[in-house]
Amino acid sequence: MARVTLVESINLALNRALADDPDVVLIGEDIGVNGGVFRATQGLQQRYGEWRVQDTPLAEGLIAGMSIGMAAQGLRVVAEIQFMGFMYPALDQIANHMARLRNRTRGRLTCPVVIRMPHGGGIHAPEHHSESLEVLFCHHAGLRVVCPSTPAAAYGLLLAAIRDPDPVIFLEPTRLYRMARQEVLDNGNALPLDRAQILREGDDVTLVTWGAMTHESLQAAQQLAQRKISCEVIDLTSLSPIDHDCILDSVAHTGRLVIVHEAARNAGLGAEIAATVAERALYDLLAPVERVTGYDTVMPYFGLEKAYIPGVDRIVDAVLRTLET
Amino acid sequence: MKTVAQFAIGYEQLLDAGGRPTGELPAFAQDAGELTRMYRMMVLCRMFDAKAINLQRTGQLGTYAPCTGQEATHVGVGAAMRPEDVLFPVYREYGTQLWRGVTLTEILTYWAGDETGTNFAGPRQDFPWCVPIGSQAPHAAGAAMAFRIRGEPRCAVAYIGEGGTSQGAFYEAVNLAGARRLPTVFVIVNNGWAISVPASAQTGAETFAQKGIAGGVPGMQVDGNDVIGVRAVMEAALARARAGEGPTVIEALTYRLSDHTTADDASRYRPADELAAAWQREPLPRLRAYLAAQGHWDDTREQQLRAACAAEIDAAVKGYQSRPRPAVGAMFEHLFAHPPAALAEQREQATRYPPPAH
Ligand SMILES: Cc1ncc(C[n+]2csc(CCOP(=O)(O)OP(=O)(O)O)c2C)c(N)n1
Repeated sequence: MARVTLVESINLALNRALADDPDVVLIGEDIGVNGGVFRATQGLQQRYGEWRVQDTPLAEGLIAGMSIGMAAQGLRVVAEIQFMGFMYPALDQIANHMARLRNRTRGRLTCPVVIRMPHGGGIHAPEHHSESLEVLFCHHAGLRVVCPSTPAAAYGLLLAAIRDPDPVIFLEPTRLYRMARQEVLDNGNALPLDRAQILREGDDVTLVTWGAMTHESLQAAQQLAQRKISCEVIDLTSLSPIDHDCILDSVAHTGRLVIVHEAARNAGLGAEIAATVAERALYDLLAPVERVTGYDTVMPYFGLEKAYIPGVDRIVDAVLRTLET
Repeated sequence: MKTVAQFAIGYEQLLDAGGRPTGELPAFAQDAGELTRMYRMMVLCRMFDAKAINLQRTGQLGTYAPCTGQEATHVGVGAAMRPEDVLFPVYREYGTQLWRGVTLTEILTYWAGDETGTNFAGPRQDFPWCVPIGSQAPHAAGAAMAFRIRGEPRCAVAYIGEGGTSQGAFYEAVNLAGARRLPTVFVIVNNGWAISVPASAQTGAETFAQKGIAGGVPGMQVDGNDVIGVRAVMEAALARARAGEGPTVIEALTYRLSDHTTADDASRYRPADELAAAWQREPLPRLRAYLAAQGHWDDTREQQLRAACAAEIDAAVKGYQSRPRPAVGAMFEHLFAHPPAALAEQREQATRYPPPAH
């Protein structure tokens, strides 16, 4: 068992998938000799050759579109989009074709594709490198959207995504790529998709979050614990479908809900979670639901990104507000 | 079977790698003052690059995209354009931008993660840097469409890397420009690499210039390290466009002597001997050699020039370092002409949570 970072665990999972299944093919920009700009594919082209680990021409629409053709021929494509802000040309192919091929052909043609991309800001990167655009995928039926926050989850869920017969958008929290290490057993075991994960148990308030914001949320929970306030922290992990049962169970216990996400507030995933709780658990609530999110602005250049990304103090204050009632 | 279409791609070089003219030089090159100005700008870019990289390495600047090796292309294009033309840059064509009046301080401010760097005081209609590769090409075609509709004798110039020409947006823009004979010049800067991917992996075509042909747009190559050659072909293309004869694709053959950006380490993927060979063709010494051979340059003037450039760069860095830092509220500004009321509440919240100092 090795202690690895999140990006190293992704490398381990990709290596395992390539080793186990000759149909697995990796495509993307700079993923070959360079090993990806974050080194997620480091060493894989050297090991598996230039056809199974391929640098494509520089075109994201192409990457998504060719994945569909390859996948319909039975290959299992794992495509990398270098940064989330560059996925827009790919969205046409993903939404109009990848997400629907099974449905349109009544199951005759399918798309076992994983599209990996970094998610979120906080790394001092130039424009368009720090976006949180998960809702653009969650809105489309036929796609699963996964966002792990720990090395072990990244390993197990990436393997699950690659083995899944349908397209999976796999979001990798950039800020967490190298933040922490964790023991990861490279045994080829996948984790179940479609499930949230409880990162910390608690009684007073439920915090639902995902991606890099798990970090700030756990810090907030720790600070609040010193004030005798007990937070349950749920890592949503599966952004589509949402594991509503996990959230509802927790809210039934705590009676209070704070949703934390880095993406903009307007029509963010927090609204979907809050609406479901309002529909199915309104009478469990002891206080109004709070959302702590990015603002409804363009993701600012990095000079102000720390003012945009919700900080621990914003989360703490939101939790305290739910306790005022 | 009969042949229904044929094409040829020309190649221009007016100064060889040793700085010797390959034939008669164009009119602007008879003007020593003009050539000296171009040389000065190339040296300024080279020295600014070193400074910016140093600022990044010492934590005083964010990721920076260097231009070293490509100065002749950038300056040649800038010098050929008219002020009323409009530039659609990628992110490293500082020589063109500086020629058109963008300041060193604005460039630094942009790479420091501050939007105010894109609010150019000089060329008010030029577009800012364009990070999503290829997406600027249709903007240039659109601006040219506006010139065409209004009958204005102006041109739109779009830069794109050879990697960027793999994007659909590039083909779409070239196609429109060809179909409507728009006054556009697409300058493909072939610097050999798109981060770690060599030019040869982007296309099966012999040249990038011929990517225009299928859109009905003539294409040609130029030695992108020959500033006189670049300016000459660019002037011709702009004159053609202004005369209503339509767009041109120019492929400038140069080399990225630096890493892709300060976040990159090219030694991971780029052969050292290829880099060493490219340094033998680099653009600065050849113009200097030509100027010296004509009696217009010597070591004293070189020293004076470098001292003047260093002073200009120092002043720009001081201006950059002493600029007011954006307040938290800045991210709420300039989103709309008439901001929705709901934003005011978020802005108020944001100012209550200033970011931790770093
Ligand atoms: C749409 C998009 N995809 C990926 C990237 C990441 N990226 C930044 S620069 C670059 C390579 C660009 O190469 P080229 O167009 O040849 O220009 P050069 O940097 O060599 O000047 C890549 C892949 C991006 N900025 N935009």
